[in-house]
Amino acid sequence: MSEILRVERVTKVYGNGILANDKVELSVKKGEIHAICGENGAGKSTLMKMLFGLEQPDEGEIYVKGQACKITSPSVAIGLGIGMVHQHFMLVDELTVAENVVLGYEPKKGLVIDWDKAADMTREVGRKYNLEVEPGLLVGDISVGLKQRVEIVKALLRGAEILILDEPTAVLTPQETRELFAELKHLRDAGHTILFISHKLGEVKELCDRITIMRAGHTVGTYEVADLSEADISRMMVGRDVVLKIDKAKAAPGEVELSVRDLEYTGDLGKKALRGVSLDVRKGEILGVAGVEGNGQRELVEIITGLREGATGTVTLEGFPLLGASIRESRRRGMAHIPSDRMVYGVAKNQSISFNILAGKTQDERYTGKVLFKSRAIERDMEALAREYTVKCESAQQTVGMLSGGNIQKVVVAREMSSNPTLLVADQPTRGIDVGAAEFIRRRIVAMRDEGTAVLLVTADLNEALELSDSIVVMRDGEIVAYYPDTGDLSEEELGFYMLGVKRQTKEEVSGVVHG
Amino acid sequence: MSTGKEGKKRGLLHDTASRFEVIRMVVAILIGAAITAVVIFAVSETPLESLRCMFFGPIERVRYLFNVLELMVPLIFTGVAISVVFSAKQFNLAAEGIFFFGGMVAAVTAIALKLPKGLHAAVCVLLAALLGGLLGALPGLLKYKWNASELVISLMLNYVCFSMSMYVIKNYFRDKNAGAIVSYVFEETAPMTKLVAKYRLTTGGALLAVAACVLLYFFLYKTRWGFAIRSAGENMNFTRYAGLPVAFAVIGSQAISGVVAGIGGAVEMLSMYTRFQWTMLTGYGWDGVIVAIFAKNNPKYVPLAAGFLAWLRIGADIMLRRTGVQMEIVKVIQAIIIVLLVAESFLAKTRHKMVVKEATAEAAGAKEVA
Repeated sequence: MSEILRVERVTKVYGNGILANDKVELSVKKGEIHAICGENGAGKSTLMKMLFGLEQPDEGEIYVKGQACKITSPSVAIGLGIGMVHQHFMLVDELTVAENVVLGYEPKKGLVIDWDKAADMTREVGRKYNLEVEPGLLVGDISVGLKQRVEIVKALLRGAEILILDEPTAVLTPQETRELFAELKHLRDAGHTILFISHKLGEVKELCDRITIMRAGHTVGTYEVADLSEADISRMMVGRDVVLKIDKAKAAPGEVELSVRDLEYTGDLGKKALRGVSLDVRKGEILGVAGVEGNGQRELVEIITGLREGATGTVTLEGFPLLGASIRESRRRGMAHIPSDRMVYGVAKNQSISFNILAGKTQDERYTGKVLFKSRAIERDMEALAREYTVKCESAQQTVGMLSGGNIQKVVVAREMSSNPTLLVADQPTRGIDVGAAEFIRRRIVAMRDEGTAVLLVTADLNEALELSDSIVVMRDGEIVAYYPDTGDLSEEELGFYMLGVKRQTKEEVSGVVHG
Repeated sequence: MSTGKEGKKRGLLHDTASRFEVIRMVVAILIGAAITAVVIFAVSETPLESLRCMFFGPIERVRYLFNVLELMVPLIFTGVAISVVFSAKQFNLAAEGIFFFGGMVAAVTAIALKLPKGLHAAVCVLLAALLGGLLGALPGLLKYKWNASELVISLMLNYVCFSMSMYVIKNYFRDKNAGAIVSYVFEETAPMTKLVAKYRLTTGGALLAVAACVLLYFFLYKTRWGFAIRSAGENMNFTRYAGLPVAFAVIGSQAISGVVAGIGGAVEMLSMYTRFQWTMLTGYGWDGVIVAIFAKNNPKYVPLAAGFLAWLRIGADIMLRRTGVQMEIVKVIQAIIIVLLVAESFLAKTRHKMVVKEATAEAAGAKEVA
């Protein structure tokens, strides 16, 4: 097989001074599925952005099919046959599948767009590569797995021979993931080259031919996947052994801390997002909420934490009604919240680490007198917290926006956990962050449970849901469809059936999650 | 040993950012000055003399220096007022109208009340502060309750302030014996005491201006309320999520801005005039926007920014009187500097080069150590 893509000594420095890529080397053969693995902040995304023309290298060369190229924009990349499927889909929900697929490349009939031809093109690509999607459906109405398929079709239609997939399985169920893998293998056999970025080593082993491992902006090396074990890969990624299992003692649940009863919520578009959800979280217990994203988990979290109003039913924290209470009051009563979108809610990114941790403690008498802040105590303790939560930084005065995703999340976690909460609502606490940071955060969550905190853990990562939760519920279409008081011998497969609606438990079984 | 090294590294990073800001500011001022010079060369018959007057005129005489100081006082008040709302990213520009309104309130109080010297001025200032705060809070309240744009509301409010003030003066306090539309003369106890007999700068005005900068700097950067304001200015979602007082950040910042602008108007009235004689908006509110931009919304830097602007204005005035070049030339230099300062990508390449150099040097250094 010949080499289709080559990266030589590419260096990239971001405006905030972060050396994201340092003399990176990459060689990809035509017709292979090539994994790029590395912790967050290792420089994978930066490298991919440069290949797709979203960023420009400061030094080094990129060769496509033997030709040195300056990829100055995505349209240049597309011209060279490079396509990319982003982690967050670049689709317009209000348009149909076909409209999305041809967006910017619309077939014309005279002066008007030929929509029939667009639909035909979509169907044709779908048939050819086993990626069939109904062209007339609105993208907003289709599942995440189908959206991803639309993205792939979109790239293929633009003539992509090299397809970059950025953590494509992060949002998929196990079943959808299997389908995706079949599709990708089919594409490879049809002669396409695939760059597969992932944190999930099992998937890399299953799918990929070769692997390039990155660490701290460097390339560690390229290997045949068959020659490496998962443990080998993870060692090279982080430079140490990562324990993929969390050791935790059996939970000793106490009294009910958070109680949710008959929660109903109708979204802006008139869609019922929650249909009578009832659950209890006890002290010293981690209750996992699994489910495909968009089945009411977000609404549930936002209603409990006070970010969203307009729900009916009751939510109480040790008997105190949370619906209608201010966030300030809920937090004063012991609620903490790790939000799913850290850049929107979790941090003020142009402010310092110290500022971001202090944000939850401005009323704390340790840090403020009657009028003025106690600057010395603040500096000392914020610095100490940044260290305790292993935020990689030169000082707590550093701007949060300059940190990697994992370290930003650690700042969020440091703020939320150091307030000694009695209830921790953790919404996708380790999404999109590196293995090391994720492990650290998971351990902290277990430690808080052991100290008697009630934890409501919402996660789309099944492995995490099973690893961390003491008991688990599955949400589908705004309802709880399954409850497992013990996650001991529950498999991802089994959870997947409930998430996708293949199975559902009876009302009696589900009502086990109500303890009070 | 390791702490010493970390300390040094921290200093480096910090320096790159602040050094760059200084470079940016200096380059912006130099470019502004250079273009102004070109324009002056084009329009003036004695360009060198004009330039000298504009940039160095104010140090020629003590009187000119005092003129600069006198002009700084209102600029500081409106500059601080705007800095506070801009820190919360609330675009309330009512400082213009409230400054005017504050002047009217002080004038009315100075005419209508009979109080001992000192106390009289204090009452004038307090009333102006109170009403200014209420007026400033109004756009904030509407924004918080109904998400009405504070920018639109505050711009309209400026005309309300102006017309209300003129109505009060014309109908209740106009001195009919005077030719122009002016109020009665203030009670002798009202005006503030001059710092130096010959000049109009007042002790009270100077002290209050300094106090405004110091107090609001501490308020914004060293208290939990200021923290909420700055947090809101950076990320409103985050502020709400963290349980910080959003209502205070939105309404309170605008009320405080109104208080400061109101005091500014009152101080100006009691320092520079013996009767109310404004017939149009003063423009100090708009100048406050310029000062706030120069000072990066930090009250700590407001005196510097106000001083710079006042210097240019007085210099241009001297230039006009000596060489006949119109004062509007100042607007050119102001505009150029503002454009260069707010243009985020101005000198971005230079900045990136500085950053690349430092990052690669640091990486090389780290390797050597390893």
